[in-house]
This record gives sequence, C-alpha cells and structure tokens, in this order.
Amino acid sequence: MEKSQLYAAIAAAVPEAATAEGKQFVELTVAPEKLKSVMGRLRDESNLSFDILVCLTGMDYGTDLGVVYHLRSYAFNHMAVVKTRISDRENPAVDSVCSIWPGAEYHEREVYDLLGIRFNDHPDLRRIFLDSTWGYPLRKDYKDDVNIVSK
Amino acid sequence: MEFSIYDFSSFTAWIDQSLRAAMSPGMAVAIEMLIIGVAILIFYAIVGLFLVYAERKVCALMQNRMGPNRVGPGGIFQTIADLVKLLFVELVPIKNADKILFSLAPYIVIIASFMAMGALPFAKGLHAIDLNIGVFYLMAVSSMGVVGVLLAGWASNNKYSLIGAMRIGAQIVSYEISVGMSLVTIVVLAGTMQLSEIVQAQQYGWFIFRGHIPALIAFVIFIVASTAETNRGPFDLAEAESELTAGFHTEYSGIRFAFFFLAEYINMFIVAAIATTVFFGGWMPFNVYGWEGFNKVMNFIPPFIWFLGKTGALIFLIMWFKWTFPRLRIDQLLTLEWKYFLPINIINVLIMALIVLLGWHW
Amino acid sequence: MEVKEKMGRLENEEYIINMGPQHPSTHGVLRLVVALKGEIVQRVEPHIGYIHRGIEKMCENLTYQQIIHLTDRMDYLSAHINNEAVCLTVEKALEIEVPERVKYIRTIMSELTRIQSHQLFWATFGMDLGGLTCFFYGLRDREKILDIFEESCGGRMIVSYNTPGGLMNDIHPNFQNRVKEFLKYFRGVIHEYDDLLTGNVIFQERSKGMGVMTKEEAIAWGLTGPTGRASGFSCDIRKHNPYSAYDKVTFREILYTEGDVFHRYLARMEEMRESMNIIDQLIDNIPEGPFTAKMKPVIKLPEGEYFQSVETARGELGVYIVSDGNKNPYRVKFRSPNFVNLAPLNLMARGSKIADLVAIGGSLDLIIPDIDR
Repeated sequence: MEKSQLYAAIAAAVPEAATAEGKQFVELTVAPEKLKSVMGRLRDESNLSFDILVCLTGMDYGTDLGVVYHLRSYAFNHMAVVKTRISDRENPAVDSVCSIWPGAEYHEREVYDLLGIRFNDHPDLRRIFLDSTWGYPLRKDYKDDVNIVSK
Repeated sequence: MEFSIYDFSSFTAWIDQSLRAAMSPGMAVAIEMLIIGVAILIFYAIVGLFLVYAERKVCALMQNRMGPNRVGPGGIFQTIADLVKLLFVELVPIKNADKILFSLAPYIVIIASFMAMGALPFAKGLHAIDLNIGVFYLMAVSSMGVVGVLLAGWASNNKYSLIGAMRIGAQIVSYEISVGMSLVTIVVLAGTMQLSEIVQAQQYGWFIFRGHIPALIAFVIFIVASTAETNRGPFDLAEAESELTAGFHTEYSGIRFAFFFLAEYINMFIVAAIATTVFFGGWMPFNVYGWEGFNKVMNFIPPFIWFLGKTGALIFLIMWFKWTFPRLRIDQLLTLEWKYFLPINIINVLIMALIVLLGWHW
Repeated sequence: MEVKEKMGRLENEEYIINMGPQHPSTHGVLRLVVALKGEIVQRVEPHIGYIHRGIEKMCENLTYQQIIHLTDRMDYLSAHINNEAVCLTVEKALEIEVPERVKYIRTIMSELTRIQSHQLFWATFGMDLGGLTCFFYGLRDREKILDIFEESCGGRMIVSYNTPGGLMNDIHPNFQNRVKEFLKYFRGVIHEYDDLLTGNVIFQERSKGMGVMTKEEAIAWGLTGPTGRASGFSCDIRKHNPYSAYDKVTFREILYTEGDVFHRYLARMEEMRESMNIIDQLIDNIPEGPFTAKMKPVIKLPEGEYFQSVETARGELGVYIVSDGNKNPYRVKFRSPNFVNLAPLNLMARGSKIADLVAIGGSLDLIIPDIDR
C-alpha cells in the first residue's frame, strides 16, 4: 500500500485521531483517553493490521509529556506513528496497551521509570532500571549536578 | 630371598616374616598397617597430582590450547604450585552454616576414596587387603562419598549447594544400581567376588573378550554409570557450573575445596581401576594364543605397568567424555538410568548366567 | 496433625533463588529471580538495570558524531551495526547520499560483525549447556575476524568505524585479501561446529521443544532477529526494508516454524553461512571512490523526527531521533532488540527445569548492556 493510500485508510478507520501524512511515516495524534480504542482498531482492522509494536518512546516536550508508538504491520510491512500528549506533568497517566501488544509491558515500565508516566491497567508497573529514590531523568527539568555535565 | 617385579607375594611375605621375627605379632601388624597407610597416602597424592595435570593437558589438547606450560618443564609443577596456593588460602567462614558438618563433609569424601584405594590389586601380591568380597567392598566404600557431598550441600546454607546436593543424591543412588549390576555380570562369569581371583581367572583371556556380548554391554554400562557416579561431565549435574555456579562445593575454599577436588580425581582413578580389574584383566598382560614372540614381549612388561597403563587409558576415555559432550538434564539422567540401563542390565545378567550355565564362553 | 500442617506448608512454599547479577550463565549483570518447586521453574522475574548508564540521556548533551561512540557500548557484539543505525538516521535526516563504496564496506563489515557475534553465541551457548570445548573453538575463529577489524578500524570489538556520511578512514589495502582468506578458512571449519554440538544427541534432547514461542506470540511480543525467525516471524529488516547495499545482494532469510531453543540455535548457524554468501557477492565488487561524503564539521539535523531500524545480530535495532534543529538531539531512543527479547522469558521458561532456563536464556543470546542502555 502506498503511503497516501495508507493515510486515507487510517483516516477512515480512526476518524477521532488527527492524522497527518508525515515526512517518513503516517502520523496520528490521539488524545490519551481515546488511545486504547484507537490502538485496538489499528491492530484489528483487516486492511491496516498493525500487529507489531516496534517501539514505544516516552517524550518530554517541555510543557507536555507524551508517548510515541511506532507500529508495523506484518502482513503489509507498512508503518505508522501514533502520538499522544499529556498536559498534566504532576500526575501523568495514559492507558496501557499491554492487552493489545504484550510486548509493550517492558517498554511501558521503562517509560514509567525514566519519565514518570503512569500506565493504567498495566499488569506490573514498577521501576525497571532505577530504584525508587531517583527522579525521572529523561524529563527536561531533571537536575543532577553530580552526574550530568550540561553545556 | 629372591624378588621379582612380576610377583610381589614373596616380597610382602618377606617383610611380614622379618617383622614378626623382630617383635611381637601385635606390634608387627601395627607396623605393617603403618607402612601400608603411608604407602597408599603417598601413592594417593602422586596419583592426585598427576591426574590433575593430565586432565589439564588432555582438556587443552581437546580445546586447541597449550595447557599449563610455565611452571617446570611442560608445566608439570603447576599442580604442585596450585596445591601450595590452596594450602595457604583462607578458609572463608560461612555465615549460618552448620560448622561441624561443614568441616566434616570434605573428610568423609576423601576417606571414602581412600578406603577404596586399599583393596585394589595393583600387581600380583601387591594389594593392601584381599577381601573375599572385594567387589562388594569397593562398591560399598566408593558410594560412601555421597554422604559427604550431601552433608556439604546441606551444611553450606546455600541454595545452589542444596540443589546440587539433592541432584547428586538422586544421581548416585540411581547409578549405583547400574554399577552394581554390571559388576554382577562379571561376578557371575568369574564365579568369585575376590578381586585377586577375578584377575587370576583372566589369565587366558580378559573378561571383555571372554564374556562375549554381555560382557561388552556390561562394560559400556559400567563406564557410563561410573562416570555418572564420579560426578564428571556430561553427568556433572551436581556442580553444573553454568546453572549452579559450583553446586555442592560453592562455599568451600582453600584446602577443604582441594579435598573435594582431589577426591573427584581419585574417584575417577578408582572406577577406572575397577574397570581394569574386572573387564581388562587387571595386571594381566595382553596375550594372543599362538603368537609366542608377541606374548613374550607382552609378558616382559611388568604387571603394575600393565595395570596403570590400562587404567590410564580408561581415565583418558572418561576425560574425553567430559570435554566433548554437553551436560544432561536431571530428568534425562534419571530416565537413562531407570528406563534404559536398569532393564538392559537385568536382562544382561540373565543372559550371562545362561552362558555360564551352558558353558558357551571360553 | 501439626507435622502434617507443616509439611503441607512446605510443599506449597516456593524455593526462591537469585541467579545473578554475578552468575556464570547470565553473561553479564542480569539478575533472574527464579521461583522453583523442586527443579521446576514456577516463575522467572528478570531484574535489570545493573548496567544502566543512561545512554539516551547522555545523547541529549552530545553531538551526533559523539553519539556514535556511545552506541558501541550498547550491544558490544554488534558494535558496527549499532554505529550504522545512527549514521543511517542522520544521513536520512540530512538527505545525504553516501558513496557506493561506503555502502559496500558497511555491508561487509556488518556481516562480519554478525558472523563474529554468532560465533560467540555458539561458544557461550555450548558452555551454558556444559560443553566447555565449544568456547575455545568459537573464540578461535572469532579472533580472525577481530584481526580484520583491527587492521581497518583500529579497534577490535568496539570499532566506531562509521561516522555520519561515511567511514572514519578507508579500508586497509589488505582488507579484501584478509576477508577472502577468512571466508575460505571458516567454510573449512564450520562443520566442526555441527560435529561438536548440532548433531549431538544430548544437545538435541536438551534443546528441542524447549522454550517454544509460536509465530503469533513472537509477533505480539515483537521478538526479532534469529529468535523471532526461528518462530516463523519473517522480520529480517535487511530483506523487508533494505539499507546500505543489502538491495544489491541476494540472500535467504532463515525461517523455521518450531520456535524452540534448537531452532533459534540453528537459525544462527545458518545465518553465519548466509552472511558468508553476502560477503562473497560484495567483496570483489567494492567500487572505487571516496570513503566519506562531504560533511560539515558541525552536524545540525533539521527539525523533525527520524526513525531508522537495522538488523543487528540479535534483531531489530531502531533509532528514533527527535531534533529541534540544534547540534544536539532533543531526544534519542534506541529500540534495542535484547530489551524486547528478554520480556517473554517468564512465558518461555515457566514449567521447565532450571537447566532449561539456562538453555532458554542462552538461546535468546542476551547482551545485558544493550538491555539496560
């Protein structure tokens, strides 16, 4: 499927997402509360079938926090990027996609560990690399005078 | 008095007579025991050091390496250097370990291997004690070491050690049966349990040749089962270093570890020696009927050289196993014993009994 | 009565052992908390983070040329391929076409990296299963590839040979001869690997039917590399989204359907042979030309986000760079294959023996620094 066709197909399947034909992949922006239903449809629609979660990235956009999902389809070998933004920096939360892709479990634990984004309904949400006394190092406002030399 | 390297019985008799002539009978027995004890202790140490060196060289040969080559010519003093180091290493005290049992375990292991050494016939007339139930004694004594290993695993207060000890308990109890049954096959053929008579009976042909196929099967089972019993690869589940770090001796250090280490090699020597005695004619030379010249050359080689040579060849075979095969899993190990070796062994003994009854052997 | 109660409690009690962080079979500082019942594994819980260096955070303060050197330290056995991943992402962002010569050399180097990684896998996997001799055979042959690396790159394992736009320096004049010599040598000895391990009955008994992942599970968990392909998940990035010179060569993607330990092992063995075929097709045809494209000394990526994945020896390495137009990236994320492959360990090992856990862990070919980053 060409990228423009894929774009049209995705836009038709998930109308609530803001879809854009990005530079590299088709990009979707979804509100956190709709994320799980959008993801479920992206995987289950037969002409999309995004059944592989390639990458799950936590982002700090300065004001907002966000999660970026890179999806790939095994059958069609096309990719799409789903983004969600959370404006609440104090208590950020987004739905877990573990029930859709079990492989998301570790990715989400990592994002929770390094950015402090909570995932609702995650089977085992604990910090994965660091111990509980650490802050959230990948946030832009994280300060560590000892270990980080910033220019 | 005339001594011969082909028959030591006159030599030992001479020592006995001269001692008895010089002192009271009780004293003479005590001195004799002392001499034998010291002789075996020295032999034990030499065999231990040599086998450790041999293992390193054999393993190096199999692995495209040089092996030890720095200490002494060809590295022959490497094991001595290591032994000296082990003697000086601190005995790390283990927290919450059962101190008495923890210290006792290595001694049990080493005493068990020491006792077995006493009954081996090295040459004609050259053995400490010639029991009329020699085979039985060897089996009983050599399996006593497992008690030490179990104690070591339990007393270390380490979970890996305990798993290792549980494994070796199951393993040795199982494989003891196979070792026993394969020896019984030969006892049936020889008609005696006395080791010297078993060797004597092989004067006109080793049992491995005389006993046809049943003896061959018994030998294969014996060598596999005794490899398992000495806890060497591919049956080294008790110390499986990739799973249990070092199994039952994880927590041992210094000379206590050296005891376990030494006992392992001595046990290997003992099982190879038993196999030699029972299947390969002990110290009997290799003779072929009718080849007079050949037999003369063979007979010229002293019996203890024959004995040690055959034992060495079998030890090489056991080492070869270890450095070639990957390790078995515990359930596969027990399946092999209880589902394959045991039934084969029982049938094998019956066949052997039939052969002996009908006189089909030569 | 009391004794009976006590026995009942003991029977239900799990025996927890800690495998790692220092343990011979975890190949690094992985800690597995294993709940046992007798010898049977009830549950495995990996505890990671012992070698977490915060590479993603460090990248935010470094330039793109400097990031290359950090990627070596992730999956140190696929160092060259990791470098390549970052370089490809930067080149894609800058829309630079690198010279053909660079593409060829990168591909050859990547395949050599893959071979040496699988050789080490074979060596350590044999050791995990108790065949200590494998270790020396594997390292003997790996040394020859490291020598080739040393000659051209200067480094043996951590090569840092790539740079955005091309290579650090040209290949050694002797490179082609050395590689051809190695291929000839390795084709002659690879049968020893099969003789020693593949055909061994004990080995097959230990590995067949262990830690099975079906194709559906592999896709859902995102298992990639030989681990995924042993389950029938066709996930070879080299085939599906070719980069560098992979579109110019023909090669076979190794696929099995069984998905057990044995077939993961077999997939790696076959991949070594395929890698040799790939090098065969390229080694004589390296085009003449510059070894690097013209690059500015300070690289600033245009604002935007870029994703590129490559096939390392262990699976798909994805590099996701978000740039705000500065000389440092705004955010870098490495989708490391080992991190994803470790996740279903509990699923694979549950119900098997503790010895199988070691075999399963070995067959995933985990590199812990790549998990922790």
